[in-house]
Amino acid sequence: MSSVDLSTTLGNAWFPAPIFTASGCASSGRELSQFFDLHSIGGVVTKSVMSKARHGRPTPRMAETPSGMLNSIGLQGPGIDAFLEKDIPFLLEKKARIIVSIAGETVEEYSTLARKLRGVSGISAIEVNISCPNVENRGLVFACDPEASRRVIDGVRRTIGGELPIIAKLSPDVTDLVHIAKGVVEAGADALALINTVLGMVINVETMRPQLANKTGGLSGPAIRPIAVRAIYQVHAALPKVPILGMGGVASGRDAFEMIIAGASGVSVGTASFGNPNAIPVIQNELRDLLAAKGFTSLREAIGYAHRIEVSDGE
Amino acid sequence: MSAINKNAQQIAAAVVSNKKVGQYHQLIVNIGDAANHCKPGNFVAINVGGDTSRMVLRRAFAISRVSANSISGGTMELIVAPHGQGSSWLCSQNEGAILDVVVPLGTAFGIPTEPVQVLLVGGGYGSAPLFGLAEVLNARGCRVDMLLGASTASKIYAPMEGKRSVNSLRIYTEDGSMGQAGRVTDPIKALIDDMNIAVIYSCGPMAMLSAIDSLTRGTDVIHQCAVEESMACGIGICMTCVLPTMGADGNVSMLRSCIDGPVMDGETVLWDKVGKAL
Repeated sequence: MSSVDLSTTLGNAWFPAPIFTASGCASSGRELSQFFDLHSIGGVVTKSVMSKARHGRPTPRMAETPSGMLNSIGLQGPGIDAFLEKDIPFLLEKKARIIVSIAGETVEEYSTLARKLRGVSGISAIEVNISCPNVENRGLVFACDPEASRRVIDGVRRTIGGELPIIAKLSPDVTDLVHIAKGVVEAGADALALINTVLGMVINVETMRPQLANKTGGLSGPAIRPIAVRAIYQVHAALPKVPILGMGGVASGRDAFEMIIAGASGVSVGTASFGNPNAIPVIQNELRDLLAAKGFTSLREAIGYAHRIEVSDGE
Repeated sequence: MSAINKNAQQIAAAVVSNKKVGQYHQLIVNIGDAANHCKPGNFVAINVGGDTSRMVLRRAFAISRVSANSISGGTMELIVAPHGQGSSWLCSQNEGAILDVVVPLGTAFGIPTEPVQVLLVGGGYGSAPLFGLAEVLNARGCRVDMLLGASTASKIYAPMEGKRSVNSLRIYTEDGSMGQAGRVTDPIKALIDDMNIAVIYSCGPMAMLSAIDSLTRGTDVIHQCAVEESMACGIGICMTCVLPTMGADGNVSMLRSCIDGPVMDGETVLWDKVGKAL
């Protein structure tokens, strides 16, 4: 095995390895732990948890698309209390590093969730999933509204204090991603998660109606990877000091490396785990080998490498 | 708490044989020691399309039978209809091809501790896992009667050797091209009334399972059904294959058919809520 320092940081949280699960793609972590040691990867980003238990949306919730899939789960989950009681102890027992993802329908709900997490030990960071409809503003998704995005992050930051890093997860379905990224960083986000799924639709040509019960769904998988790489590159160029957790269709070490050199400090893997339960450790090993092959001795040297300034060869 | 099948593992498995049986393919796949852990009702999730595939999701197939002592090591039998791109790819894999398989997955049919009378009901290719189940029930001393149904004769899967494990086999086709004309659920009410059936095992389309449930609900007959919902992962992490259920405690929840199923107690499924919001 090649010796490359794979450690990385997101805000003040340190991780010995750079590959993470993606929120909503690892359930509680129990299932994947049957296939690999959760301690061996960067960490587990939990499924976005809300204040109360939710049944989620009706089926069909999924449609496969070329090199990707659409999903519309509707944030099915146990609610924050059951989550803290059952899921966190399991992850701690497995020595997993934990990033808790939270989601809300109002600015206040996000703050309430942050308050519940404030005293919980063993959490490395909070991911704030703002790709949720804001019930106080006609269901407009927070992440598509610069002002609402800021207010959510501001509320969480005030509640949580200065200790736990806040990772704001942004949607690519916006006109000016850099503007929204700057807003949430000013409001107190320590890091950014880029990107959430891309809104899409599949129509079933037999029934001649939308395939998903919810009509629209989030597109994930390799189909969206170039969008993610573009988003990471643009945001890193504008905010080079803000760490980025990159994600969107990563299915190999090569894909993870692409995001790292675009500017990501860590990479989450989601849909690839559906196709291969061992995708995360495989990708992490491939990334290590690729970094070594390219002559990097640490992951940190490679972050944002695609942005390097051309040096003239002195002719 | 519901949990992933504790024996689930990802293996590289070689195709031993691939035979066309009517409209289906019978694939025998070498899964080695994993065969010892497969029970009737369990399923496998297989990568399709090879390394350059644009199909990113696994395909789930019921294991119809396992053989732990075959010459080539433990094998499993899959009955696959080349229906979509993924299953067509699988049906094109010949002897020696290596498949990326996660096995075994999901729950298994409960086997009675006493040699009771049981009825097996299969719809279309859903009948495949019932033959392996029949062997186990037969060995337990159960009287096993089987009903198979499909829209037309070519969609009936009933291998000759499978008939050895059943006391009787009746076939129904909607167009009357094989067996009796009608639906496989037509005779069930009379069979429940006339015979001392303790358990009905069913596998097939959701509409068939729901129809059987309406006949067994409120009776002493236990209905063990293998449900069919589209899945993205098969291992419990994608949350797409959920079914609305009500537990013994009266709590309503969306359970994953890949982890809490595919075999479920029919009475726990809220059939009229499938595909609807809870």
